[in-house]
Amino acid sequence: MRTAACILAASAALSAQVTHERLLDAAREPGNWMTYSGNFAGHRFSPLTQVNDANVSRLKVAWVYTTNSLQKFETTPLVIDGVMYVSEPPSNVVALDTRTGRPLWRYRRPMPPDIRVCCGQVNRGVAALGDSIFIGTVDSYLVALDAKTGAVRWETKVNEYKSGYSVTVAPLALKDKVVIGVAGGEYGIRGHLDAYDAKSGKLAWRFYTVPGPGEPGHDTWAGDSWKRGSAGTWVTGAYDPETDLIYWGTGNPGPDWNGEVRKGDNLYSDSIVALDANSGQLKWHFQFTPHDVHDWDATEVPVLVDGEVRGQKRKLVIFPNRNAFYYVLDRVSGQFLLGKAYAKQTWAKGLDDNGKPIRLPGTFPSIQGTAVWPSVAGANNWYSPSYSPKTGLLYINVREAGSLYFFGEADFKLGEQYNGGGFRAIPGEEEWGAVRAFRPATGEVAWEHKVFSPPYAGLLSTGGNLVFGATSEAQFFALNATTGKELYRFQAGGMVRSNPMSYLSGGKQYVAMAMGNSLYVFGLE
Amino acid sequence: MHGLWLTVLLFQQQAVDVPGFDSNPFTSPSDLAQGEKLYLGRCAGCHGPRGDGGKGANLAVPTLSRAADDKTLWNIIRYGVPDTEMPSSLMAQREIWQVAAFVKSLGAIQSGAASGDPKRGEAVTRGKGGCLQCHAIGSDGGRMGPALTDIGARSGPGHLRAKIVEPQGDVPHTFRLASLRGRDGKTVSGIRLNEDTFSIQIRDMTGGLRSYWKKDLADWKMEKRSPMPSYKGKLSDGEIDDLVAYLAGLRGAKGGER
Repeated sequence: MRTAACILAASAALSAQVTHERLLDAAREPGNWMTYSGNFAGHRFSPLTQVNDANVSRLKVAWVYTTNSLQKFETTPLVIDGVMYVSEPPSNVVALDTRTGRPLWRYRRPMPPDIRVCCGQVNRGVAALGDSIFIGTVDSYLVALDAKTGAVRWETKVNEYKSGYSVTVAPLALKDKVVIGVAGGEYGIRGHLDAYDAKSGKLAWRFYTVPGPGEPGHDTWAGDSWKRGSAGTWVTGAYDPETDLIYWGTGNPGPDWNGEVRKGDNLYSDSIVALDANSGQLKWHFQFTPHDVHDWDATEVPVLVDGEVRGQKRKLVIFPNRNAFYYVLDRVSGQFLLGKAYAKQTWAKGLDDNGKPIRLPGTFPSIQGTAVWPSVAGANNWYSPSYSPKTGLLYINVREAGSLYFFGEADFKLGEQYNGGGFRAIPGEEEWGAVRAFRPATGEVAWEHKVFSPPYAGLLSTGGNLVFGATSEAQFFALNATTGKELYRFQAGGMVRSNPMSYLSGGKQYVAMAMGNSLYVFGLE
Repeated sequence: MHGLWLTVLLFQQQAVDVPGFDSNPFTSPSDLAQGEKLYLGRCAGCHGPRGDGGKGANLAVPTLSRAADDKTLWNIIRYGVPDTEMPSSLMAQREIWQVAAFVKSLGAIQSGAASGDPKRGEAVTRGKGGCLQCHAIGSDGGRMGPALTDIGARSGPGHLRAKIVEPQGDVPHTFRLASLRGRDGKTVSGIRLNEDTFSIQIRDMTGGLRSYWKKDLADWKMEKRSPMPSYKGKLSDGEIDDLVAYLAGLRGAKGGER
């Protein structure tokens, strides 16, 4: 009886709709976490202060939810009005009671046996709009679920999984649309970013990240290489209501390591694209790594901040790229303002005045292997950075590592991997990592907290002057956001490939992070 | 070590497809030459440039213990070997066949055949050589170095000889020597079993398992050198021949399976 009453209470609370206005004013509802990054600006910041630098040492595990899957658990949960929505691998959703961790409903999607994914059947989270929850699936569908029951409202095919397309990204819901990207950069797909009508599931617009014949940028692909140009869109972007633009990073050109078969700059791979939120039309683009041959997807989370550059107040987008350079762009025009290396790199002399890399010779993949820093996984990757308006610092989990890059045949067969080479660790080279705090507009480092292995997990900063994250050895930690001093840690076990978030339940603050095959939720005693 | 795991984790493969050939269609001299180039870049780091082993298995044998036929060999190169350090590969189908062709050719290469007497070699191993102080054969011996129970299946005679005479070089990451000094000035050395940002775990010289918080240590360092001494000059050339012959014949309890 008691369980039934609890579910009833949660369902009643859910009667409030998730409107676009609520998502815009997310800061007014610090107890909820309604989008992948917590707000449209990609900040992954919780204003909550209950757990803070003075009491975080008393943090305890409040509850643990364990999945049945042994795939990587990459989710960022959403919390809306007392209910937590968690995506589980491969493409399932569970609604949990935020106080007890007990399931309220489940959506399970059976998968065909021949899914095409380079890097695991994973999912990074769901989106919410109206009274629906949206999930992208590794068999390349977008599914809308009833937020109260998990019943399927509609499902729309995004693309053909047998051709190498999959969806792993958390969608971004805004206005009356659900924006969603595709993965498949190792299968020679032609990447795109889509918006679907949230009510009907009908395609509202599609932006191809590889321009077709007659479109600007098409001539940056030799021959018909554009057809398999890849440039996936597998990490959630940001949105600015003032510019009404969506900012989204794009993935590597295909094939990854053999650039001979796709001569040219290969637009819009490894770029940030700014698209009109209503039409999907390209407003501007900036390509970080023209003609990439190291698999350095620009699928990092763009961070929108306002700041002063050379004495002038600007609306900025900060992009700490996988290629080891830190970029500051004007997010109205796309103008390059500043760029500098923020981790060891050996492939470019630097950036020119327009932000284009000045490549060093001898850094292309070779048959015998070419040692280059950063590694194939980059100085940063899909996991989230965090920006705290309270400290004014941008926190990034930085990877310090190199790879041996191999050149190989690029043999395209529909639905099969299309890599053109490979990579491995450089023998005898030590790898490591660090949480670094940057002054966003200058890229100047305020502090760093070193960790033993290159990290693969995101960060959360909070109003309690804390930065939460986890090491690759699954040590969940809290650092002082001003100084970087370690204040708390917990050994969770397993690997960590996820981002932390925070919410209120019953007036009490919790911090959640998926580690190993479980979601850990922490609170004060 | 981390890079290796990352390779496995980032591009973990599911066996979707088996190539449409039962035997290797790419065995011409130019395929072999290309296979060698690919092998030297991607495989030689663990298996040795002539395939006679190291971190990876000895491939310079007439019959590969895990891959009796071409199709199995192709699948091992493509998808790796679970629960070992053998990763999957992103090479194109033809490149995998070319590497497979080269790997099979390694069995015909003599890489410093063992000319010694294995019986005398066993005596050296257990006596003058003192090998069992650090290495185990079956249930006998120490745990400071890698077990030798099936060393002959993993390393050919040429590679074994090189390791005995010049043991420096590629030290397996689970056998790195760590030197730790406590805040009280006491020191301890041992083989590093694990390490993270906050702690380190070692097997000390008596075989004891120890774990330390780094905050409790004044300092710690990892030796890049192998703790194994060179036997050059310590054993005669004949004794080294005998030792190599004995070790090359150690194939493990199941006749060569690891």
